Amino acid sequence: MMLFELLGLGGKGWGAFLLLATATTLAVTATALAIGAVAGAAIAAAKLSASVPLRLLGHVYTTVFRGVPELLIIYLIYFGGSSGLTAVGQWLGYDGFLGLPSFAAGALAVGIISGAYQAEVFRGAFHAIPRGELEAAMAIGMPRRLRFRRIIVPQVLRFAIPGLGNVWQLSLKDSALVSVTGLVELMRASQIASGSTRQYFLFYIVGGALYLILTSLSDRVFNTAERRANRSMSASTIGGA
Amino acid sequence: MDFAFLSSTMVTLIRALPTTLVLFSLSILFGGMLALLITAMRVSGIRLLSGFARAYIFVFRGSPLLIQMFLVFYGLGQFGVIRYSFLWPFLREPMVCAVLSLALCTAGYTAEIFRGGIRAVPAKEIEAARSVGMSGLLLVRRIIAPIAFRHALPAYSTEIVLMMKSTALASLVTVWEVTGVAQRLISQTYRTMEVFLCAALIYLVLNFLILQAMNLLEYSLSRHRRPFAPGLRA
Repeated sequence: MMLFELLGLGGKGWGAFLLLATATTLAVTATALAIGAVAGAAIAAAKLSASVPLRLLGHVYTTVFRGVPELLIIYLIYFGGSSGLTAVGQWLGYDGFLGLPSFAAGALAVGIISGAYQAEVFRGAFHAIPRGELEAAMAIGMPRRLRFRRIIVPQVLRFAIPGLGNVWQLSLKDSALVSVTGLVELMRASQIASGSTRQYFLFYIVGGALYLILTSLSDRVFNTAERRANRSMSASTIGGA
Repeated sequence: MDFAFLSSTMVTLIRALPTTLVLFSLSILFGGMLALLITAMRVSGIRLLSGFARAYIFVFRGSPLLIQMFLVFYGLGQFGVIRYSFLWPFLREPMVCAVLSLALCTAGYTAEIFRGGIRAVPAKEIEAARSVGMSGLLLVRRIIAPIAFRHALPAYSTEIVLMMKSTALASLVTVWEVTGVAQRLISQTYRTMEVFLCAALIYLVLNFLILQAMNLLEYSLSRHRRPFAPGLRA
């Protein structure tokens, strides 16, 4: 049967190729989420700070990176990063063109975008911490850093799980756009497979199905994580009673 | 800063703006109509219809728009049935494919938003309407739809902004809208930052205008929540 031959794991089949590309998609998204977590935490801190310039900076960051098409940001990082790298190379005495590796460019671009969304998630989670708990920590003389580590971080992480799940799904879909840099992730792999077999419909359906599997599996993971993180809280606390 | 270059870039990009706006408005229009249909199916209570709506929403929200667009653009032409049908002259056009896939995709997201709005309609209002003898379409038109739409409006404006950003993907199926033209300029001039700033500015202004318009709409739809006379403040 032709279908099995085309999608098979060995020989002339594209199955292994697509599965490997699925792993690349996961790797790009995970890297992007990690980059975004760092950027998001910094931007959330800036937005929550008392300093006006910092708040403005945070506001500009989230407005720009949530408001501009993802594709444009990928172009900015990919082309801009490469010309930046080439400039650095020339300064160091290397004359050729230096390209930013497409994995790094893609993960950075998607990471910067997800950072803007994660900043909002973290900010919302921070506001969900009951004021009284922070006041109580201050009242018993907990210093700033200890308060941050013991009171703020554990709760922000807990409250942020559902939001982070959404950001993960968003980044997973954004990672398909990284295909424009030539990185062979799931989208690009479907393109290559469909182009060389002329079976466009089949391979885009298969690629789409693999994305659906990824999104529904990760939905489960985040639901489980949310349940586990809330185990120590009684139902009434979660219900906001 | 090279203002001559910036202004010529801006002019070139603004020439592509009508394409972006056409993509955006057509896909919002068709996507909205399709979303109404999907929402109606989802809340119909008929298992077959609501199952279809559920599957539709799952598929179109769970996979990237780009793959949907490529499926429409490259995949459909593969079938003789479509290639030799009366639809082919339309489906051959990149613009039609882009609008079609944008509309199909946004319909999935919008249907979920509309359903959320319907769920927010208080049961007592529906009971009150029923008790005075309203039913069927009249009930939907007078009671459910207005309340549901107002509740759905904030989430719907977010979705509309996301759609504005999604029109950028049309450039990958050779529709030359703002992002596509920006990419072409970048590869011609290698001045990434300047081109990016110009294109970003266009999108930010568009988003700002959309959000202002939606705020205005929300304001005008919530007259009953404001004090009776504008001059009187409680």
